[in-house]
Amino acid sequence: MEDDRKNKSRREFLKFGLTAGAASLVGISGASVAGKPDRNEKKKSGRKVKVLTPEGKLVEVDESQLRPAEIEEPVGIEEAREGLPNRKFVMAIDLAKCKNARKCVDACQEGHYLPRDHEWMKVQLLQDSEYTHPYWFPKPCFHCDQPLCVSVCPVGATFKRNDGIVLVDNQRCIGCKFCMTGCPYSARVFHWKESEVEQPDVEYSPETNVPSQEGTVGKCVFCADKLRNGELPRCVTACPMGVIYFGDLIEDAVTNGTETVRFSELIEERAGYRYLEELGTHPTVYYLPTVNRMFPVESGFDGLEEDIYNRYEKFIHPRLKKK
Amino acid sequence: MEGQVSRRTLLEEFRPELEKTSFRWILLFSVCFIIFVIGIYGLIRQISHGHVVTGMRDNVVWGVYIVNFIFFMGLSYAGALVSGSLHLFRSSWRKPVIRMAELITVISLVIGPFFIFFCIGRLDRIHYLFIHPRIQSPITWDVIAITTDLVGCFIYLYLSFIEDFAILRDYQDLNVPKWRKKLYKILALGYRGTPEQKKAIKLSKDIMAAMVIAIAIIVYSVLAWIFGVTLQPGWHSTIFGPYFVIAAVFSGTGLLIILMWIFRKVYHLEHYITKRHFVNVGVLLLIVSAFYGYFTFSDYLTKWYGSVKMDSILIDKLFTDFFELFIYANYIGILIPIIIVGIKRLRTITNITIGAIISVTALWVNRYIIVIPTLETPFLPIQDTRPEWTYYSPTWIEWALTFAGVAVFCMLFMLASKFVPIISVSEMSEPEESEEERILE
Repeated sequence: MEDDRKNKSRREFLKFGLTAGAASLVGISGASVAGKPDRNEKKKSGRKVKVLTPEGKLVEVDESQLRPAEIEEPVGIEEAREGLPNRKFVMAIDLAKCKNARKCVDACQEGHYLPRDHEWMKVQLLQDSEYTHPYWFPKPCFHCDQPLCVSVCPVGATFKRNDGIVLVDNQRCIGCKFCMTGCPYSARVFHWKESEVEQPDVEYSPETNVPSQEGTVGKCVFCADKLRNGELPRCVTACPMGVIYFGDLIEDAVTNGTETVRFSELIEERAGYRYLEELGTHPTVYYLPTVNRMFPVESGFDGLEEDIYNRYEKFIHPRLKKK
Repeated sequence: MEGQVSRRTLLEEFRPELEKTSFRWILLFSVCFIIFVIGIYGLIRQISHGHVVTGMRDNVVWGVYIVNFIFFMGLSYAGALVSGSLHLFRSSWRKPVIRMAELITVISLVIGPFFIFFCIGRLDRIHYLFIHPRIQSPITWDVIAITTDLVGCFIYLYLSFIEDFAILRDYQDLNVPKWRKKLYKILALGYRGTPEQKKAIKLSKDIMAAMVIAIAIIVYSVLAWIFGVTLQPGWHSTIFGPYFVIAAVFSGTGLLIILMWIFRKVYHLEHYITKRHFVNVGVLLLIVSAFYGYFTFSDYLTKWYGSVKMDSILIDKLFTDFFELFIYANYIGILIPIIIVGIKRLRTITNITIGAIISVTALWVNRYIIVIPTLETPFLPIQDTRPEWTYYSPTWIEWALTFAGVAVFCMLFMLASKFVPIISVSEMSEPEESEEERILE
C-alpha cells in the first residue's frame, strides 16, 4: 500500500516534469501567455516558469498558468499486464495490397525508438515453392492464443493479457532467449548491445517496451499504448496502401484507417488464413491471400535502399529477375 | 587387482601425491589457471560490452555456451550412471575407477550451469529464476532438476569419501599441514568403522546410488526437453529425452577412460588400473555407442524419409554446410569406438583411449550440430544482409570461456587428486562381497 502510494506520487511527479518540459518546449500554454484569461485559472502560485512561445519568444509565466499537455504517459507494469477489459484484438493483413513500401517498418522503428537493425515489423519476400507466386509478407508478432514464448519463459517476463496481446516486461526479462527459440515465427529480437537510438526519459512500460534495455528481448507490442487511447497501431496508420486491418474480434470490426469492415465478412470474402496454422499456436494475425493483386510483386523493389534490396536478392525467383 | 589390498600399501602408494606437489603439477595448474583468467577477461568484456561480442545473433540465439552446457551436464553421467550402476551391481572391477567417475560427476555438474549463466543477457537478474519461477517453463524444471542432482551427487560422492577421510585422519605418518589433518578429522564425521557405522554407510551408498541414477535420467531428459518442447525443426522430436540420456552416458564413459589413462600414467597406477579395466569400460562404451548410434540413425532417418519441408531443409544444411562435422560426430565418433573395442586385435589401452577421445569430442560436435543448424533454419527464411545474422561462428570470447570451462575442470580434478587418493582406499581394502550378498539380499 505504502509502496503503491509512493509509486503513484513518483509517477505523478514524473508526469508533471514531463508535461512542464513539453509545455515549455512546444508552448502549449501559449493562450495563457497571450493574455487570454484561462477558464480554469488557478490561484497564482507565485513561482515563475520560463516557457517558449510558438513564436519562439522566451517568456516567464506563473506556474499556475501552465496546463498539462495532452501527452499520455504509458501505463506502468502492473496495469500493462492486465490488458484492456472486454477486448480481443485482431489483425488482418491484406497481402494483395502490399508492395513493400516499408512505411509500417519505419513507423514502428520510430515509434519504439528502435535502431535500424532491430525490426519488430519485418517485411519478407516469400515464395512457398518454385512454381507458386512470390509475395510480400509483412510480419509483426502474431500474438498467438497458444503462445509458446509465454509457456517457456522461466520468470514470467513475457505474458498474454486478457485482451490477447502478448507483451515483454524488460524489467523482468533475464535474457535467456528461450522465448526466441520457442517462437516459430522469429518475431522476437534481442538487444545485443546498448541501443544506438537515444531512449526517451520516460518511465518504463511493457506497452511500448521503451526505454529498451540491453540484454533483454523485444518484439511487436501491437502498439498497446495507442490502443489504450483508442488509436490504431502505428503500422496500420503508416501504411499508404491500407494493407493492415486492425480491430476487435468481439466487436467483429476491423479498420485499416480508411475503411471499416466486419472482420468475419472480410475473412470469409477474402478467404483469410493464418500463417503456419498447423503449428497450433493460434495466431491472432490473419492474412488475406494475394488474389487480384494490386501491384506486381516487382514493384516492391522500387526505391529500396541497397542494403534492404540485398536482403531479398537471394530469394528473388529468376523469373522475376528477367523482367 | 581384484582382491583385497592392504590399506598400508595403498596409503604408502598415494602418500607422495598427497604430501607434495610436483613441478609438473604446478606447471599444468598454472597453464590451466592462465586459460581460466583469459576466460574471465572474456566474460568481463561480454558483460561490459553486451552480448554483441559473441557470435550469437537474433536467429542463432544460443551458441557454444549451450553446447558446452549440455556437454558438461552429459559428462556428469560418468559418475551417475557408470559408478552408480557399477556400485549397485557390485562389479568387483569397479573399485579403482569408481572415485574418478564420481569426481567427474560432481565437477562437471558444477561447471555445466555456468555456461547457462554466460548465455543469459541479464546476469544481474539470475535470482529471478528463484523469486519469479514459472513451473510451466522447462528452464524451471531444469533449475529444480540440476540443483537436486547436484545435491544428490555431492552426497553420494561424500559418502564414498567418509571412510577415506577417516583412514587419512588415522594415518599418523602422513606429512601434511595441520589444517589439512584437521579438515580430514572434521570431514570424517567421527567415523570409526564400527559395524553400525559400516552398515549405515553401505545402506546410504546403495540408496544414493539408485537415486543418483534416477535423478541423472531426469536431469538429462529435462535438458533434452528444453529443445524438444519447441517447434523448431530438428529439435521437436519425441526421442530427444532418451537420446540425450544415451549420449550423456556415451560421453561420460569416454571421459572416464581418458582420465583413467591420464592418472594411470601420471600417478603410476599401472598395477591398479589394468588393461582389464580399460576393456571393461571400453565394452560399456561399445554398448552405449551402439545404442547412441541407433538413436541418431533413427532420428535422422525418420526426418529424412518423411521429409517435412523444414526437416528436409535442415538435413540439406547438415549435409552441406555442416558436412564434415556431421560425418565426424555421427559416423566416426560412433563407429571408431565400436571397431576399436569390438576387434580383439585393436583392443589395446592406447587404442581404447584414442577411441574415447574421439567419442568425447564427437559428442561435443554432435551437440553443436544439434543446436546451431536448427537455429540457422527458422520457419521464415532469414532475409538479412549481415552475414553474422545468417551464419553463426563463435568469437574468441566464446572459445575463451569454453576452454576456461575445460581448464577449471582440470584444475578441480588436480586439486581433488591432491586432497584424497584418486583410488578409493576404503573400497580397495574392503573384502570382496560374497556371491550371496549380491545386489539384493
